[in-house]
Amino acid sequence: MQFLRKVFSSAGQALFGDPVRAFGVVSVALMLVLAIAPAKDHFSQWHSYQRHYLALIHDRGDAVSLRRRFQPGIHQIWLPELGVVDRCTTCHLGLNEASLADVKQQPFRKHPVVPHSLDGFGCVICHGGQGAATTVDEAHHSERAGEDPILPARYIESGCGQCHQNALPGTPQLNLGRTILARYGCVHCHAIALPDGTRVTATDHPPSLVHVADKTSREWIYSWLKDPQAFAGSTTMPNYKLNDADAGDISAYLISSSKPQAGDAAAADAKSAPGADPAAGASLYGESFCSSCHAVQNAAGNLVGGDVGPELTRIGNKVKPQWLRAWLDNPRIYDATTPMPHYRFTAQQIATLAGYLQAKSDSDYGANVHLDAANAKQIAHGRKLIVELGCAACHEINGVQKPENFAPELSAIGSKPLAQLVFLPGMEHTQASYIVAKIRQPGAFGASVKMPQFTLSAAQTDALTTALLSLTSRARSMPDNLRVAAIPETSYQPTGHAGKLMAELACFSCHRINGRGGEMAPDLTWEGSAVQRQWLGDFLKNPNTLRPSLIRRMPRFNLSESDNKEITDYILAVYQSPAIDPDTAPTATNSPEIVEHGRQLFYSKYACQACHIADTKTDKGYIGPTLTQVGSRLTSAWVYAWLKNPQALRPGTAEPNQNLSDDDARALTAFLTSLKGSAGRGTKQ
Amino acid sequence: MIRRFAASMSFRLAGWVALLALATLASCRQSAPSAPALKATAAGTAMVESSGGHQVGATGTALKDPLVVQVNDDQGTAVAGALVEFHGPAGVSFDPAAILTDSSGQATTSVTLGGIGGRYQLTAVTPGKAHPVNLDIVETALAYQQRLGSILADEYCNRCHDPESSPVRVSNYDNLQVKPHPFTDGNTLNKMSDADLASIIQHGGPALNRSALMPPYGNTLSAADVRALIAYTRTVADPPYQPAGTVYERK
Repeated sequence: MQFLRKVFSSAGQALFGDPVRAFGVVSVALMLVLAIAPAKDHFSQWHSYQRHYLALIHDRGDAVSLRRRFQPGIHQIWLPELGVVDRCTTCHLGLNEASLADVKQQPFRKHPVVPHSLDGFGCVICHGGQGAATTVDEAHHSERAGEDPILPARYIESGCGQCHQNALPGTPQLNLGRTILARYGCVHCHAIALPDGTRVTATDHPPSLVHVADKTSREWIYSWLKDPQAFAGSTTMPNYKLNDADAGDISAYLISSSKPQAGDAAAADAKSAPGADPAAGASLYGESFCSSCHAVQNAAGNLVGGDVGPELTRIGNKVKPQWLRAWLDNPRIYDATTPMPHYRFTAQQIATLAGYLQAKSDSDYGANVHLDAANAKQIAHGRKLIVELGCAACHEINGVQKPENFAPELSAIGSKPLAQLVFLPGMEHTQASYIVAKIRQPGAFGASVKMPQFTLSAAQTDALTTALLSLTSRARSMPDNLRVAAIPETSYQPTGHAGKLMAELACFSCHRINGRGGEMAPDLTWEGSAVQRQWLGDFLKNPNTLRPSLIRRMPRFNLSESDNKEITDYILAVYQSPAIDPDTAPTATNSPEIVEHGRQLFYSKYACQACHIADTKTDKGYIGPTLTQVGSRLTSAWVYAWLKNPQALRPGTAEPNQNLSDDDARALTAFLTSLKGSAGRGTKQ
Repeated sequence: MIRRFAASMSFRLAGWVALLALATLASCRQSAPSAPALKATAAGTAMVESSGGHQVGATGTALKDPLVVQVNDDQGTAVAGALVEFHGPAGVSFDPAAILTDSSGQATTSVTLGGIGGRYQLTAVTPGKAHPVNLDIVETALAYQQRLGSILADEYCNRCHDPESSPVRVSNYDNLQVKPHPFTDGNTLNKMSDADLASIIQHGGPALNRSALMPPYGNTLSAADVRALIAYTRTVADPPYQPAGTVYERK
């Protein structure tokens, strides 16, 4: 202590002992203080990056022009209407330099080509992070209140989704995520309001359980509840990880509350003819193109078939025989809104198909499930569980109301402040990792979390996370002129008897008409302008395929003669395109010369045989529809209009618009309409 | 007196330096990778790629199939228990980054590509008996524009340009009299300029005196779509496409 004091006093004496020396020392100290600001600037991170950049471009061939475009100091993109103050370009200096494409070293690389300019949108709108920060850590990793770390590259498409509510061709991951959001029924429990005020609607069809006892047994419900994926790997039903007693109680309530269907199950029973032949069943299953919508696991364990209807691998374990027959007879009696068509099978066909489906069962499935009859207490407990777990948010259940706002709203989940999120130990503190963990293992967030376990692959989880991350508060504050709305599904409904028939045949499950319906089959909005009456009537009776390469095909609905005529008339009268004028089309008086000229154009100038078959002997174009009988299928007005601009009639069709001259289009139309094919050709099945 | 002051200062300086050194050491120890100790029980002399190379994925995402390499000995028999480490350029991550080969001599890892589009040169390393054995693996990441190109190619082009035909997406390649070039055919496509590719896509084969079986897509695809298709072609070209760069290098 004594020593220290001695040192200080001697130091003071040495520095300030005499006024001149003291003045000198103070001046030096002042100079040092004044130098702090410029030194801080000089040794700042961004300055060192700018020096590195200059060193990098120094040896390049275009150094002169690169250096001319380089501006020292802090750069800023300021877009007040978007709330953007981005200084990222202070260090990311090569973003706009096309010639730096080969530079791998960050932060100097060129930005990959995207549809938006840096100056128009800034950086953080897509990438997240703190735009105004000027140090690497603050800009990229800050977790302070209201600040977000940078978005990992794998979720970058969520940036697009903030403005683009429509499906963009270049964002498959976002589009898949949005499909999952609707298809896995997330929005039955979580409300999601989009920035334009509309709500995300579910596209799944959770079955009503009002008459469930007619359809299946309590044992099956029990096994299903325990592990839905064990019955059908492809189901979207999540696993609630129920214990044996709870699963037993819920199944008891569902069976005891079920009311028998008022329909004619007994009549269907009486109609059933015995002696189902498995081979006939398989061929009827194939002929009816059940696999266009329903999948079945093959011997190798792969799912084969569509995903519109439920998987049928073990359907025999699930459904009661009399229910299955009644369902095949007319599915709309049990479920008025089912996407399944009313096939109008004969009694013999119903028996054959029901026998075939009933045989699709697994004797091991649920073999060791033995449930004792439930008492009133268990049934009451089952109801309590159903209310707690929110089963009625998806399924209609007798005696349980559909809950409102059952789960937290997700309208701005992508920008929920990190401080409000509960992270598991060892988890990265970002919204993305929170959402992924919540989807992958909701149970890890505590026993009180009701969210069930969904079965999603890693890619599906990433896609769903991308879609959820696009729901940000920034998306809500974007100027309206930047918003691209989704094309909403219309509520189009054909009228009259034909409309009723089309609802029964579930045409909209596969076909799209006037903005409503599925994507599996061609859009029929202008079908009336396109096809000839004779062909359409024959096709509905006995659909044969037009495209050799398609797996999914139109099934045959055993329509009566009058119903067939009704639909044909309706399509021809109503689904007319205003753009097609039958009077301007080439008439039937086509000379052989013009037909021959059209043939020349078809085979040489336009080489249509690359994709189409006009003559089965020589052509091998298996991409587009076969044209051997196009003259008896399509109207010449449609063919002409199609050749002139295919995308105007069916947006997105792969047939290129070849910008044909009127003469060429007329000659090709003449040639095509001359291809009448062999009338009454047998159905290919 | 001054000497004494200086001595005490230097004493202090030494203390600070020591403290700084200690701190650095401590932080170094903290930041050192805490990889679990993998004890190799065997060593091979060769390594081959079993599967998972030459995949094409989106930037920043995990590749669809895992990368599998096999370690062999002199006789070409698989070696179990050999250590394999995976390395890649910045941004690429492996799960796991180091692994022992299984009973069939194979090491499996899942690869997540970096955020920048292009070819990624990955390396698998096994210590070997005498010297380390390296195996190079190439994967491709598609950035936004390239991926848009790949989606458009699937929609419009691969129905003819893809030699592989599957029931899900039939290709007419085998049925065409003049075979189209697959987009990976770098030997041909690398020699064509962007402008030539664009004019073939937009105006069809006859634009460059080639087959009319290639129809014009200029009225169907936008200019941005065509650029995306070209960018995709350039990225997947094999051998790789070398863009015409700067003509001369300054000293």
